[in-house]
Amino acid sequence: MTDRELTYTYYPGCSLKSAAYAYEDSTQVVSKSLGIRLNEIDDWNCCGATEYFSVNQLPAYSLVARNLSLAHSQYGGADVVAPCSACFLNLRKTNDYMRKYKNLNAQVGQALGAGGLSYTPGSVRVRHLLDVVVEDVGFDAVKEKVVKPLEGLKVAPYYGCLIVRPETGYNTEYPTHLDELMTTLGAEVVDFPMKTHCCGGHMTQISEETAYELIRRILKNATDYGAQAIVTLCPMCQLNLDAYQSEVNKMFGTDYHIPVLFFTQLMGIAFGLNEADLGFGAEVVPAGPALATIGHPAEQTRQRPKRRDKNALPMPGSNGADES
Amino acid sequence: MATPSSTRLLDQVMAETPGGETLIGCLQCGTCGGSCPSASDMDSTPRRLFAMLMADMDEDVLTSNTPWFCVSCYYCTVRCPQDIPITDLMYTLKQKAIQAGHYHQDAHAPFSESFIGYVEQYGRSFEFGLATRFQLVHHPLATVRKGGLGFQMLRKGRLHMTPQKIKNMPQLSAILSKAKQLAGQEV
Repeated sequence: MTDRELTYTYYPGCSLKSAAYAYEDSTQVVSKSLGIRLNEIDDWNCCGATEYFSVNQLPAYSLVARNLSLAHSQYGGADVVAPCSACFLNLRKTNDYMRKYKNLNAQVGQALGAGGLSYTPGSVRVRHLLDVVVEDVGFDAVKEKVVKPLEGLKVAPYYGCLIVRPETGYNTEYPTHLDELMTTLGAEVVDFPMKTHCCGGHMTQISEETAYELIRRILKNATDYGAQAIVTLCPMCQLNLDAYQSEVNKMFGTDYHIPVLFFTQLMGIAFGLNEADLGFGAEVVPAGPALATIGHPAEQTRQRPKRRDKNALPMPGSNGADES
Repeated sequence: MATPSSTRLLDQVMAETPGGETLIGCLQCGTCGGSCPSASDMDSTPRRLFAMLMADMDEDVLTSNTPWFCVSCYYCTVRCPQDIPITDLMYTLKQKAIQAGHYHQDAHAPFSESFIGYVEQYGRSFEFGLATRFQLVHHPLATVRKGGLGFQMLRKGRLHMTPQKIKNMPQLSAILSKAKQLAGQEV
């Protein structure tokens, strides 16, 4: 498999360019190592997360459809790959719903037309990065790349909701593809019952009581089952379980300190890639102690070099953007 | 998505949700509420909310906190024996509540609207702006308490202090304006 190049259209989404840069960095180097070529959609826009769909559905579908249209016009029918589960869901759902619901398709088509674009639903296929690794690369080819097996590391594979729901071909309540991938890397997988339970999504911003309870259940379950690290495939899940872990400890009087890593970071470690290229140190709960158990030097927390985007603007003033 | 001809809220909600007409087949089995991870914070389970909607208890439906506590995990949707797109129906119910002006005491709708504001201005989300400005307005004490977390995220390079703007913003704006017009909203 590694002797041929697998080419995809890449939709990183907003999180991978900011809070989840560790996912983006590790995705890039691991993909390169596996012979996966990712062509980033030029000028992609936000997928709307849950927020746009929550309160304004037709514009939300149109927002997503612009990305599908750009993907098709720039790279033809190549599969679109999204590493973020929320982006994956929104892109896939819009593609499916436009095909399924004629009225929606007609209205989204008209909206796209106002921007000089068009899109025929189904002209690209939307995939999650994990699916590409498991289905297109395959466990055998992954195993060939493993030079530092993760032997002795107990991980809890955490899928969250959106990669398996609604119907994506995987078991919606008991998926195993991430488990199998971790086993292929040499890690010990704990059979962790909360693996598809919700991390609370945006609730951390709205109701701490609701969100922290959902996060607590997952941390407790992974810890009770003896995991030394939680491995995930969604930037929102990583953010919630990692960044809010200390808040959860404060609210419930607990003492969890379990690192939450992206599956691509652990692939990179197993492939013997440079830790500095895999975004380690971005996590709030340090991965060092867990990685030290499998003989890796404690990571060095590094300062992220400032990546100033040429399109970045100064902080917005009171321009009415959020005066709601 | 179609302009509803009926004045019944039930009919409007079904018409404005792709696949929403399947709601009429709700068996009241309760699988949705039993599966929901945040049901304990809701004043009605989704099952009960749908029963209220079918009984034309519009005011109770529109003032319910149920859609606002939906975490969009789709657990109800994949388990529903009637294949009702429950998560999408919750979205429509939020829209209806906003249109009816029933969200003033609640921070949920302003959060979504702040997020959308950044997307409409820049084409991408802006987490730093969202986290700081929204929280300062709606949860000032929590913002101060969580300042350390924000600082840590900034120090680790996980929050950008400036938004990223897409190149063809006029195109995106034209698309969104047209979509809003088609959805019968003021542009």
